[in-house]
Amino acid sequence: MNRFVAWFHRWGSPKHFYDMSGRWAPWMAALFFLTFIPGLYYSLIGSPPDYQQGESARIMYIHVPAAWMSMFIYGVMALAGAITLIWKMKMADIVAQVSAPIGASFTFLALVTGSLWGKPMWGAYWVWDARLTSELILLFLFLGYIALTTSIDDKRTAARAGAVLALVGVVNLPIIHYSVEWWSTLHQPSTVKVMGKSAIHLSMLIPLLLMSFAFKFYYAWVVLSSARAEVLDRDKNAKWAADVAQAQAGEMPS
Amino acid sequence: MTPKRKKKLVLIVLALAGLGLAVGLGLNAFNQNIMFFFSPADVAAGKAPYERKFRIGGLVEQGSVQRDEHTLKVSFRVTDGGGTVPVQYEGILPDLFREGQGIVANGKLGRDGVFTAAEVLAKHDENYMPPEVADALAAQKASESIKN
Repeated sequence: MNRFVAWFHRWGSPKHFYDMSGRWAPWMAALFFLTFIPGLYYSLIGSPPDYQQGESARIMYIHVPAAWMSMFIYGVMALAGAITLIWKMKMADIVAQVSAPIGASFTFLALVTGSLWGKPMWGAYWVWDARLTSELILLFLFLGYIALTTSIDDKRTAARAGAVLALVGVVNLPIIHYSVEWWSTLHQPSTVKVMGKSAIHLSMLIPLLLMSFAFKFYYAWVVLSSARAEVLDRDKNAKWAADVAQAQAGEMPS
Repeated sequence: MTPKRKKKLVLIVLALAGLGLAVGLGLNAFNQNIMFFFSPADVAAGKAPYERKFRIGGLVEQGSVQRDEHTLKVSFRVTDGGGTVPVQYEGILPDLFREGQGIVANGKLGRDGVFTAAEVLAKHDENYMPPEVADALAAQKASESIKN
């Protein structure tokens, strides 16, 4: 337990984060390409069409992982918000702030791909059922978070305001997840279940899982890289940042 | 954890619990409005209004679809086991519309008990499988019913 606490605290140090993220980001990128390329192959070519939807079912291989990521990233931001409020850890706020545009992009992707699938399958691009509406609210939460944190100049006030908004919005996550069970919706219930049997054939589950791992690694890669740039920018007057700049200037031919 | 941090953690958990409760009560109060459609059983129980727009959702009854030969008019019955509602519609139906499939129709219920739909949406289920597997399942089901 103590070792974990020490490990956790080390990540809170900007210098340590800068070093570690530089080491981890390329690995995340490598894992992303290792899962994304076979994922794309199995999504588009190496899996069968659906018995009812035909080839249109392939949209699911982007839509479902993107929707999962939208909720996962919001969860990360809410957790980072709690850490910001309780431990005042600057790194947590940086992670939350660089996550927001990525989360907004995944939410947008889920909404657009769902809409493109909805027209041929349901007969409508958009309906105001509970699942679609709550996912749209999630997009507005991401956009609201970005607007709020970038409109406040003082970094610490921005961090606190953003953390409160991220925590308040977290009530939307169970609503999105359970909307298809609590209310009658046009959106179908969950296909992949953590507990119990999933309602998807193995040949279609493989590309779905590959793509969802690929999206996770992509997020880890991008969040580490952009948090690394952000922490260097915020600490540009600190001694460690000057050392980094000097070391890089030494490497570069002038 | 220092006492100050512990206090903050408790405050955050309490605030989230309170917020969750408030949202839960709010959603519960608006339950009927969040429901995307009425079921045929609701209509049979008289819960749905007459001459006002609402949505009805259920399965298209086997053998109930009748198409007009010269126009796009189609009529069918929607059922959920607890009730059956006849539906009239004129227009293009979505790809997934077929007998035994779930649909959601938007329109008005007439005094004669016939639902006139202005829009018909297909409701997809959560099952994904290749065509061969679906055929194999259907064949298995058929052979079982012969045995019985």
